[in-house]
Amino acid sequence: MDKNQSTQLLFELSHPGRRTHRLPACDVPLGDASTLLPADTLTSSPPPLPEVGEIDLVRHYVNLSTRNMAIDTNFYPLGSCTMKYNPKRHERLAALSGMASMHPLQSDASTQGVLELLWHMQNFLGEIAGLEAVSLQPAAGAQGELTALLVAAAYFKDRQETQRTRVLIPDSAHGTNPASAALAGFDAVTIKSNSRGLVDLEDLRAKLDERTAVFMITNPNTLGLFDDQIPTIAEMVHRHGALIYLDGANMNAILGITRPGDFGADMMHYNVHKTFTGPHGAGGPGSGPIAVRQMLAPYLPTPLVVKTANGFTLDYDRPKSIGRVHSFYGNVGILVRGYCYIRTLGPEGLRQVSEIAVLNANYILSKIKHAYEVPHGERCMHEFVASARTLRRERRISAMDIGKRLLDYGYHAPTVYFPLVVAEALMIEPTETESKETLDAFADTLLRIREEDATYLQQAPHTLPLSRPDEVKAAKEPILRWKP
Amino acid sequence: MLGGVGGCQGGPTRFPARCTIAEVCLSYILNTPDDQQTMLRQIGVASLQDLFASIPASVRLQRPLDVPASMSELELTQHMLALTARNQSADQAVCFLGGGCYDHFIPAVVDAIAGRSEYYTAYTPYQAEASQGSLQAFYEFQTLICQLTGLDVANASLYEGGSAVAEAVLMAMTVTGRQGKVVVAESVHPDYRRILGTYLANLDPRIETLPTPQGFLDPDDLQRAVDDETCCVVVQHPNFFGGLEEVEALAKATHARGALFVVSFDPLSLGLLKRPGEYGADIAVAEGQSLGNPLAYGGPYLGLLACREQFVRKMPGRLVGQTVDRRGTRCWVLTLQTREQHIRREKATSNICTNQGLFALRATVYLAALGPQGLKETADLCLRKAHYAAQQLTALPGVRLKFKRPFFKEFTLQVEGAVPDRLQALLRRGYHAGLALGRWYPTLADCVSVAVTEKRTRTEIDGLVAAWKNA
Repeated sequence: MDKNQSTQLLFELSHPGRRTHRLPACDVPLGDASTLLPADTLTSSPPPLPEVGEIDLVRHYVNLSTRNMAIDTNFYPLGSCTMKYNPKRHERLAALSGMASMHPLQSDASTQGVLELLWHMQNFLGEIAGLEAVSLQPAAGAQGELTALLVAAAYFKDRQETQRTRVLIPDSAHGTNPASAALAGFDAVTIKSNSRGLVDLEDLRAKLDERTAVFMITNPNTLGLFDDQIPTIAEMVHRHGALIYLDGANMNAILGITRPGDFGADMMHYNVHKTFTGPHGAGGPGSGPIAVRQMLAPYLPTPLVVKTANGFTLDYDRPKSIGRVHSFYGNVGILVRGYCYIRTLGPEGLRQVSEIAVLNANYILSKIKHAYEVPHGERCMHEFVASARTLRRERRISAMDIGKRLLDYGYHAPTVYFPLVVAEALMIEPTETESKETLDAFADTLLRIREEDATYLQQAPHTLPLSRPDEVKAAKEPILRWKP
Repeated sequence: MLGGVGGCQGGPTRFPARCTIAEVCLSYILNTPDDQQTMLRQIGVASLQDLFASIPASVRLQRPLDVPASMSELELTQHMLALTARNQSADQAVCFLGGGCYDHFIPAVVDAIAGRSEYYTAYTPYQAEASQGSLQAFYEFQTLICQLTGLDVANASLYEGGSAVAEAVLMAMTVTGRQGKVVVAESVHPDYRRILGTYLANLDPRIETLPTPQGFLDPDDLQRAVDDETCCVVVQHPNFFGGLEEVEALAKATHARGALFVVSFDPLSLGLLKRPGEYGADIAVAEGQSLGNPLAYGGPYLGLLACREQFVRKMPGRLVGQTVDRRGTRCWVLTLQTREQHIRREKATSNICTNQGLFALRATVYLAALGPQGLKETADLCLRKAHYAAQQLTALPGVRLKFKRPFFKEFTLQVEGAVPDRLQALLRRGYHAGLALGRWYPTLADCVSVAVTEKRTRTEIDGLVAAWKNA
């Protein structure tokens, strides 16, 4: 099929005089802009946007969409991203007029339904975390991290413990952790991993002191391992008066099985778009609520949803609050989907999510571990990290080559080159929504690729419209916009 | 209750001694008990429990989570319909609310394209070969935002308009190397200013807020405030009160001391008003909601950020660039990633690691659907209808315009009598009539801000005026 239209840019389709959207005639008896605004505020001509008719516009973006892999078209085992099925019912329910057409500054009398939903969501996320207070405001996981660290800073400032200037972060952590710590005004200090891929307790002990504000941990960690030292770690960190932050990126492994608050976390963020299946939207929107212990609740962003004798309302009277990180109440549209998901699953369903997510990951692991190195273990939680380092050394086949070749077979690549602590990392997260047949076929493909010719792999993919874009050129001579 | 099969149902007594395999097919699970048995055998363990052996018993949850029992799709739909029935949306009461997001019309093509699950169920385009659809759309988005703002480069979007202001200020700090202060007009959205305060709480620059008692920032006041330690000046145009700022004079005063001029703009206003690039903005940011995105009770939206070419390596957020593949075919990739947190960690330009991809796509389709003429006509309808509404409302006794400033689609009224009571009465008559400004500005407790989009008809405006008379 000829899909030329999708290889042209929107701007190349432009034809003067065409348009898609037409406006009604003005029904009020007033002159145009020149009679209503000072001449020096007006532009001489509107922005030079493209001029495209409706069918051309539709064909362009429909054809372009076919150049994406997505959960709805392909298995997408992108580690750390929890690419599970996005239920269609969520799309329909989030689009109901009584959700999608709600202005955020309407009065409480007209928002009782959405406030009730958000209030329940605060409670659900608190219960699943084992923590008492929740702010739904952060728009993404990274903003949740920042928000929680600002909460921690305000808490210590209030306690006059301003000597706590350091945040300790394992070397296997997501890059957002140190970036968020720096933005919150802390110095990031790296903690080593031990040979098991877990926190090196000796290194942690050596770096924990009265300057430590927060220890950030991802548990299960980015290697897909639950750090079984967590009771000891919690005891050590708390003995020094510091707080434990849980990066909740990997909550899909532990829903209803263990709770961060129960294993010592004082605060955490969720990635609602991952764990509670908001569509990832080719990069967003996400939703990154945080849950904290009661002693930290006064510092949460304003407002919180509260229930009163007169119904639900937004509580702005929170004098110790850090302020705001979002203009309104967070990414409500994604929270609505998360709410629908939790209501669909119930307690048994949530627990089964994690059981099957862990089963599926271990199943792939068991089928490929004789052919691919998995440096950290026989077992994993919801994901695992294989390494192509020996393949690289012996046959010059990299993790990237394997990822690119998987595209030919109709699979999205795993996350490659992360975490940084594993050379030639291939991070595989199947999620619970995949069938055994899909997992079998994927594992077989990984085994088959390993037997393929190295040169052939280095040039993969072979069957897609593109192969190996020149990223160096893109960065050296940046072309970031079309120009006539 | 879903399921109801097998011996695994249950109350608190069942945990932790539960079945060795999960019961059949709770929602979205495909692997049957037989599948699970086969898989467990392959793995070499006896039960699902064994897979969680690394979680110490002392920290395991010994009861079911305390969340409501599961619902079928039918039950959930009925439940959501009941919840939404307790809301009175902007489709049910005529919406004159603004304050950063607006009830604009969304052409059906926007929903049709954004409803393609090839877009909405994909993730960040790490694998360019398998993501050209989104990458090309984001490149088109970046270009459209440059065309809209008259600036050189734009990123692939930020979270939303308020935090976009904070990101712009962080960027200005890096660009100028100045850590002294940030000068902000009080006419900037109060919640955007609060976000900025939150972001800067533990960093060096202090925030100097310049009063705007006449509803705009006086360039003379700005000239006195900006000094050689000022990294940037932040204004909003049109501002929170709806009024236009004297942006050209403000830009001049800012640049005279080597600071950057940061403007938060209204995208649709640029169908008529001068573009940020025309009046000297160095960094322009905006709330992109009005570009084809539903109100959704405040989010998700998208933040826009555009700037001058020379700052490109200091920009926050995702950027898509054009390149060629190994066969020489034109294509697009994520680029300049050495700015970003997954490479630079604590030295990154920002901690942001995504864009608002789906909403950037919606904005792209929206702007393409409007084209230059549609954008101009939309802006023109907003302007004329807002002025008609202001004219009619201020003809009522005891109602006057608070500020003598030119305005675009939003204006501030000063009224007699208790504002909240009046707004409640108007809601009962079917109008989300305006915002009581006292919540943000105690000195404006007798003021209401009213926003009028192209969607509002003369009949609706006349209806508001009649209801106001009687409220």
